[in-house]
Amino acid sequence: MKIPLIYNVRSVMQRPISTAFTALGIALVVAVFVAMLALANGFASALTKTGGDDNVLVMRKGADSEMSSGIAKADASIIASFPHVALDGSGKPMVSPETYVVMNIPRVGGDSTAIANVVVRGVSQQAFAVRKNINIVSGKTFGSGQSEICLGSKLVPRYRNTGIGEQIRFAGRDWTVVCHFTAAGSSFESEIWGEAEQFQGAMRGGSGFQSVTFRLKDAAGFEEAKRALTGDQRLQVDAHKESKYYADQSKFLGAMLRFLAIMITSIMSVGAIFGAVNTMYASISSRTPEIAVLLTLGFKPRNVLLSFLAESAVIALIGGVVGCLIALPINGVVTATTNWASFSEIAFAFRITPLLLLQGILFAVVMGVVGGFFPARKASKMPVVQALR
Amino acid sequence: MKYFPLVLSNLRRHRLRTVLTILSVALALFLFASLRTVVTQLEISSQLGAANRMVVQNATAFIFPLPQSYAARLASVPHVTGVTWANWFGGKYGDGKKFFGPFAIDAESYLDIYKNDFIVPPDQKEAFLRERTGVIVGPGLLKYFGWKIGDNVTIQGTIFPGDWTFTIRGTYSLKDPAYGDEQFLFHYDYLYEREKDKISPGWFILRIDDPAQAGVVAKTIDDQFRNSPAPTKTGTEQSFSAGFMTMFGNIQLLLGTIGMAVVFAILLIAANAMLMNQRERTAEVAVLKTVGFTDRTIFSLVIIEAAIIAMTGAVLGIGLAIILPKATNFNAFGFLPGFHVTNGTIMVGAAIALLLSAVSGFTPAYQAARMPVVKALRRVE
Repeated sequence: MKIPLIYNVRSVMQRPISTAFTALGIALVVAVFVAMLALANGFASALTKTGGDDNVLVMRKGADSEMSSGIAKADASIIASFPHVALDGSGKPMVSPETYVVMNIPRVGGDSTAIANVVVRGVSQQAFAVRKNINIVSGKTFGSGQSEICLGSKLVPRYRNTGIGEQIRFAGRDWTVVCHFTAAGSSFESEIWGEAEQFQGAMRGGSGFQSVTFRLKDAAGFEEAKRALTGDQRLQVDAHKESKYYADQSKFLGAMLRFLAIMITSIMSVGAIFGAVNTMYASISSRTPEIAVLLTLGFKPRNVLLSFLAESAVIALIGGVVGCLIALPINGVVTATTNWASFSEIAFAFRITPLLLLQGILFAVVMGVVGGFFPARKASKMPVVQALR
Repeated sequence: MKYFPLVLSNLRRHRLRTVLTILSVALALFLFASLRTVVTQLEISSQLGAANRMVVQNATAFIFPLPQSYAARLASVPHVTGVTWANWFGGKYGDGKKFFGPFAIDAESYLDIYKNDFIVPPDQKEAFLRERTGVIVGPGLLKYFGWKIGDNVTIQGTIFPGDWTFTIRGTYSLKDPAYGDEQFLFHYDYLYEREKDKISPGWFILRIDDPAQAGVVAKTIDDQFRNSPAPTKTGTEQSFSAGFMTMFGNIQLLLGTIGMAVVFAILLIAANAMLMNQRERTAEVAVLKTVGFTDRTIFSLVIIEAAIIAMTGAVLGIGLAIILPKATNFNAFGFLPGFHVTNGTIMVGAAIALLLSAVSGFTPAYQAARMPVVKALRRVE
């Protein structure tokens, strides 16, 4: 027969401080676990969301990032004429040849040594259509032939002079901010967009681009398009699926953050488990007569084992819930690090998902069960006669 | 301390509890010391650089080069005693999984300016300088790829496409490990020979005769080029490293917060263990008091017991943090220049252990000392 859970609850209430300390210890481990994985999640999802599945990013052969790539204007036109490129409503190819530069722009509160490298992307109006999820939240896009720029929404609070109508100076010119855009949390939100022709003149010189992005006519036709592009004798290019290109950029740092999270929390969790072991042993030894009575009453040793395991698991569960609550406010907090593939700053938000919370709670329960096992076994194997004395 | 045996036998009473508590303190301090070491190592990296060296970059963006003609103009700036330049050469070797940053350097002047930091044996240096395709490779990189001096290695360029073959002519030793043992330094001339149209120096490095004049030198240079097509941004090598470190984001805050959580978590565990000990000893304490132990002695007995647990844990934990990275040669995927637990970290760890003893021992010690004897004696069987 099962020992009712109310017995455990009442026993726990007998030792409120000890229980609270154990639960809090576990709560802290879970809080660190959830917060660190939220950081890793946020970073990975910002880059993963950047690329579109049916977009193709074309760069020079051998270039490992847009920064080291280069595509001549004539080649960009050749790429636009490929039959694999989707056409928009008016029959124009959905293709965006882009310039790409990383600029050092002063940050709010940053001193002169702080480096804040911001991606400055020269695009055409088509870019807003080729890339899904781009939403202009205020203002309207830059005009042709003007020194006008659009800012990703994550830049706005982090840099100076980012309001609509204000001017930012770089590359020897003043640029008027004419719009802010969002991009579903992706890394485009950390970029400055302007007209490619303006940036070509002001920065790189010449009329070349760094990359060409186009929408596939047939979403599943990436391999075929890639074959056609790389096989074309006139071009020296590589084609990348846009989504994979950006996801790959997050791989290293994402994996490192995850590794760090797991390593730190597993070491912490061993400490917390030891704490639970201590608490459960103490609790059992002070309840020796009770356990003996339970066994005398006819409860099976197995029931006693399960009952104490449940007790430990419940304490840990409470700890897990508290830990999730401690970590929860961090959700959505924006932080920044560098995308080492382009040496540019990428801002992203901590991202706590229901799955992550569930993992945190599960982690807590596992700690409780592991920590409670040996004490619970000891309780179940207690020699009744001796204990009854 | 004549009551020491008493403390010891108290500790021995619940051996498992004592051991587990010590181990959790040890784990926590190990974690704390390791996290703090990451922060201190990053700080060391951010102060990397000799006080008498300055870096000149393109002010527009660091990826833009500077004209070669600046070399002569920089050399004529007052206080500048040496000029060299380098360029970033993105390259991959083999499957490209291992990241390393080959630099194209103006060989002779570069090795001269860095002669106290990258120590190259004279015969190797001579062999390197003689051969345009020669390269000097850091000992760490040699070991990683299993290269030897004399080997030919082919790197695939990412910025300058194609296959580039180099002959390893030398390696170096470092006085300060922070400069990194994975450098790949080859002749700027070799790059120039193949990429004449595209290449000019990525940045200049200056040696100045008086570090105190760094600000003046920087201003002179930046003013001189302000209205040119390639304006400059000049700073000391240290400010350059510090700027680079800010690119990681706020690691200090992140690791600091985790460290706090870790310390607080063990505090709970240790304090809980001490409270449990004391609760079980009510009767004993009453007996001790009856036979004449003063409140103060009782108080200190408990505090000492807590201190032994915390200190043993601290010694184990911090010791592990010092030994483990050395034994495993851990360098955080090459991100950190070595992993050296500083004296500061040891001191902070010791302070935490002291605090831990005081906080975890105080309540139980106070309770024990203030315990009314008559009431407690009733529990004695």
